[in-house]
Amino acid sequence: MIRELFTKHKRKQAITIPSAEAKNDVPEGIMTKCPECKEIILTKDLMKTAKVCPKCDHHFKMTAWERVECLFDEDTFESMDNHLKTENPLNFPSYMEKVASDKEQTGLNEAVLTGTGKIGGIEVAAAIMDSHFRMGSMGSVVGEKITRAVEKATDLGLPIIIFSASGGARMQEGILSLMQMAKTSVALKRHSERGLLFISVMTYPTTGGVSASFASVGDINIAEPKALIGFAGRRVIEQTVREKLPNDFQTAEFQLNHGQLDAVVHREKMKETLSKIIRLHVREEKVHE
Amino acid sequence: MSKTLTFEEPIIKLREKIKELEEFTNSSEVDLSKEIENLKIRLKNLEEDIYENMDPWERVQVARHPERPTSLDYIGELFEDFIEFHGDRVFGDDAAIVGGIGFFDNKPVTIIGQQRGRDTKENLKRNFGMPHPDGYRKALRLMKQAEKFQRPIICLIDTKGAYPGKAAEERGQSEAIARNLVEMAGLKVPVISIVIGEGASGGALAIGVANQFLMLENSWCSVISPEGAASILWRDASLAKQMAEAMKITAPHLKEMGIIDDIIPEVMGGAHRDPKKQSEFIREALRNSLAAFEGMDGESLIEDRYSKYRNLGVFTE
Ligand SMILES: [Zn+2]
Repeated sequence: MIRELFTKHKRKQAITIPSAEAKNDVPEGIMTKCPECKEIILTKDLMKTAKVCPKCDHHFKMTAWERVECLFDEDTFESMDNHLKTENPLNFPSYMEKVASDKEQTGLNEAVLTGTGKIGGIEVAAAIMDSHFRMGSMGSVVGEKITRAVEKATDLGLPIIIFSASGGARMQEGILSLMQMAKTSVALKRHSERGLLFISVMTYPTTGGVSASFASVGDINIAEPKALIGFAGRRVIEQTVREKLPNDFQTAEFQLNHGQLDAVVHREKMKETLSKIIRLHVREEKVHE
Repeated sequence: MSKTLTFEEPIIKLREKIKELEEFTNSSEVDLSKEIENLKIRLKNLEEDIYENMDPWERVQVARHPERPTSLDYIGELFEDFIEFHGDRVFGDDAAIVGGIGFFDNKPVTIIGQQRGRDTKENLKRNFGMPHPDGYRKALRLMKQAEKFQRPIICLIDTKGAYPGKAAEERGQSEAIARNLVEMAGLKVPVISIVIGEGASGGALAIGVANQFLMLENSWCSVISPEGAASILWRDASLAKQMAEAMKITAPHLKEMGIIDDIIPEVMGGAHRDPKKQSEFIREALRNSLAAFEGMDGESLIEDRYSKYRNLGVFTE
């Protein structure tokens, strides 16, 4: 799964995140080429539409901070746990270098940004994954940050919103990455037992160990249009079942048709939709002290 | 004739030689009993030398031995009056997971196990022990039933992973696994999970959020099979042997890392060499584990599971 996504991503990479590998025929930074319809768009215009292609509606990948900007009431988001540092428990060669390089490029300490802030005037806790950092894969720090965000929500009686964007478990951390699935799950169970709201928003891609843990068990599961959502990788499945899979296989629309999602929500309606759902669950404004 | 693993060959050769000499002694006047005695001592030393120093890849071979006892083999040995229950009440009955109730030391328990086939025909029926969502949902149904009747739950893990198939995706493989993780976190009865063979990925963990997580000495547990990891990280599945070492997937490694609670010893050479004796080792471990949670109330059991999984992870502040 991871490798499959990786090659795909190199091809589809949106160029607002400069990268050494990005080879594009448009100047990096100023212009962005839509990977779907090939339309060339001014990067600053793209942010006005929350990084949705004005021509074909393709939802570009977003950084975690871009999502904060699109979703949270201005200046209300406070990030947390930016000090946690990834280790190399199995001593995999070049793992630390890769993490360091992604840190540099994204400005994040790991593949998820967590914190609290207001959406439509109501305080919530959030975890926003960023697939520009190691494919958004979940290792110890990602699991820990999400768990702490959920625990904070539990302590303060807040809803938790998790935006998933992940190829799955972080292979280089072996069993520890698998155990993050259990860790985030026990925290979510406790949050749920307090009668608190969990909204899971699945974005491109939500697969493997992330799809098979917190992302799939929101009280409300929503996804962005065409987001890739699934457990196993397409190629692995094609090899197993020896048949060609339909084009829409494992898209958000496919998951909606198969009963796995409450709704597919266009990015321009995301804030409004989340805000409405939160209002329907939280009666009075919760201010965190 | 039992399947010989490559690293066992010197032992097998020596055993054959002893047998030959014994037959020769019986059919002739020459007395070779002294030589045979010496060879038997050598055999014992060789067995200890090889079997007690298995490297991770050799353990993986033992864990995959075609005659390795399966969940149903242990269930038959360990539980009285076992009765199997079927179906998830939603879609179907997945034969890759078996479950039911029985007596353990005269107390009712719920047993859930991933089930490989013991031959090709059974493997087809049981999908090589790789469950569909229906299997996980059956498991959860039986766990909730156990909770209602206050029975401890014993889970036997033995899977290469959840099945990566079209139908599995259509019926929500991700959700089925994820749901189990969350719901197991909240169970008000003790849960003991034991890896008896292979334990790969979320497909294994989906019956593994337990108060005690144990492994048989030669079983392995990982986020992905060593072949899968080698093909993703090193672009070469043939480096599985090196990967088995690097990923730390064996019981001794995982105990050392504080991931598992304990190792259940195996019969010398692997569980398949004496399933009955192996069952006794498991019985002993289960007795100890169940005794540790005897009389603990539901909230404390949930708390215990919380702190166990909450603390897993390696990072710096
Ligand atoms: Zn476009």
